[in-house]
Amino acid sequence: MATLTEAQKRGALAHPDVDLHEEVNRDILKMLSAPGKGWWFLFSLAVLGVGLMFGSWGWQIYRGIGVSGLTSPVGWGAYITTFVFWVGIAHSGTLISAILFLFRAPWRQSIYRMAEAMTVFGVMTAGLFPLIHVGRVWHAYWLIPYPNARYLWPNFRSPLVWDVFAVTTYFTVSSVFFYLGMVPDMAAARDKATGFRRKLYRVIALGWRGTDRQWHHFGKAYLFLAALATPLVLSVHSVVSWDFAMSIVPGWHATVFAPYFVAGAIFSGVAMVITLAVPIRKVFGLEAYLTTKHFDAMAKLVMLTSMIVFYAYLTEFFMAWYSGEPPEKQMFWNRLFGHYWWATWIMLICNGMIPLMLWFKRVRHSIPALFAITIFINIGMWFERFVIIVTSLSHEFAPFAWGVYRPSLTEMGIVIGSFGWFSFWFLLFIRLLPPVAIAELKEVIPPRMRRTSGGHDGHDAVPATAPAGD
Amino acid sequence: MSQSGILASYDYLDSTVDAVKELRDAGFDEVITYAAYPEHHLEDALGYGESPVRVWTLVGGLTGTATGFAFTAWTSMDWPLITGGKPVLSMPAYVVIAFEMTILFGALATVLGMFINSRLPNVTPPVVYDPEFSSGRYGVFVPASGTDLDRAREILRKHDPAETREGAHA
Repeated sequence: MATLTEAQKRGALAHPDVDLHEEVNRDILKMLSAPGKGWWFLFSLAVLGVGLMFGSWGWQIYRGIGVSGLTSPVGWGAYITTFVFWVGIAHSGTLISAILFLFRAPWRQSIYRMAEAMTVFGVMTAGLFPLIHVGRVWHAYWLIPYPNARYLWPNFRSPLVWDVFAVTTYFTVSSVFFYLGMVPDMAAARDKATGFRRKLYRVIALGWRGTDRQWHHFGKAYLFLAALATPLVLSVHSVVSWDFAMSIVPGWHATVFAPYFVAGAIFSGVAMVITLAVPIRKVFGLEAYLTTKHFDAMAKLVMLTSMIVFYAYLTEFFMAWYSGEPPEKQMFWNRLFGHYWWATWIMLICNGMIPLMLWFKRVRHSIPALFAITIFINIGMWFERFVIIVTSLSHEFAPFAWGVYRPSLTEMGIVIGSFGWFSFWFLLFIRLLPPVAIAELKEVIPPRMRRTSGGHDGHDAVPATAPAGD
Repeated sequence: MSQSGILASYDYLDSTVDAVKELRDAGFDEVITYAAYPEHHLEDALGYGESPVRVWTLVGGLTGTATGFAFTAWTSMDWPLITGGKPVLSMPAYVVIAFEMTILFGALATVLGMFINSRLPNVTPPVVYDPEFSSGRYGVFVPASGTDLDRAREILRKHDPAETREGAHA
């Protein structure tokens, strides 16, 4: 490279406004200080949501599953919709932390910890829904293979059992990945904290000191975990999609389901990361870390996955027509113009039309616009799952078996409350654990050098900008 | 196990790398460096080989695959019950379980391997440690005593450290 202008040099950096590694510790650890009024307000709302969820669930346990609107022919409704929604939300965390790590994307560092936390809490929320849905929750352990007096084992040909394995593996691996990435940052928090927090972080940091030996094995372990998490994340939503696709229900029995669901999951998840990152950036003044460049990159990911998802919608409609199967054709006609037409059109507009605005750079660079668009996407993606599940079941083969499902108040309470449950954990997370990866940010901020490296001294072994990752 | 020696804190990466190289050239093989992030120039200066963590990942993953297939096959044969007209032993369906077990066992073994290889959790409080190492400074610890300590001190001081301390490293 000959000569770079100052502007080009800034453009090559992920965080041009952060000069020193010490600044990262100062700015990020500041977020762990005493919470303000806004946080307490949101936290109270979240606690109310948790109360609503567990209150409604308690009512359902007391009275029985009959308090939900689930009945023949629609046996899967708002609970399974919300389960798939939260599993989907979880996926982008692993995408950003693992897949973009393997691709060496230089913009993932400042966003991945939040995305990973979203994964863990998303799966924690999703994991409750099958338990809620089975009704007699005290028998939920029957899903787990355990030796019992009746010599009964789960049916491993059932996609529902696959799902138990996929989701529990996903929760375990993503929690471990989340924790492992945090160990060096907990050491950084420990070295600056006092009192109770110092004791807490000392325990969580496991005695991390940042020695060469620790970093060496840490780096390898992190790489392998990323390499394992990548196929895992693709498998989890594929398995979730097979819960549907392995059956013969019209609208479910399609080979496109696995990639369609994975793209949808990443689409909704990245949108949710943007929705969460916008207020956090504002409240904590993280403009130097979450730049428009980061939002631009995420918005492009949303744009891409939106197109894949929309293509899958069109494929479904085309295949229904092309198959010539009356139930299949009937069902898809009904999806667009039948009882649930409004849900389908919400899905098509929110997931297919509104994201088209992201083609414009001005929109991708406008934080308020992104915030608004991603809220629409979150709504649209919940309705996508609702449409897939409910329109198909309510309109199967024989007309006498068609029916209408309406979520009951109890179901709505649990679904709305689940957002409180998720926010409860997320709000605790941003106050107790570093929400931005301190150590990994330093990999993309040039280290401090005694010699100013212009490149023409020739013998300079250390370049001015250390390459990211590796 | 604690060793006594000298610890130097540096503000600059290039000084740290120079100090490490010079120490290695002078025959100090057990230099320990500290950094707030994975710094490859330090690892290169210390001459690291492949981390054995990869063996843990491989063995863990293969154990998971074997467990997944063995468990599903054994439980199917334990009470052979025909469901859905499918063979009792439906291996293609078990691929999903075996795959998930591969990932689960592989990931847990990786973390275990990392903990064992990097001596974590480490509960011994460090005697010489600079809390700035997790912030922006780089550290070099040389386990030495007697005349070796004097030689090490001289080399470390030559590269203009922010601070040097002598004591035991945990």
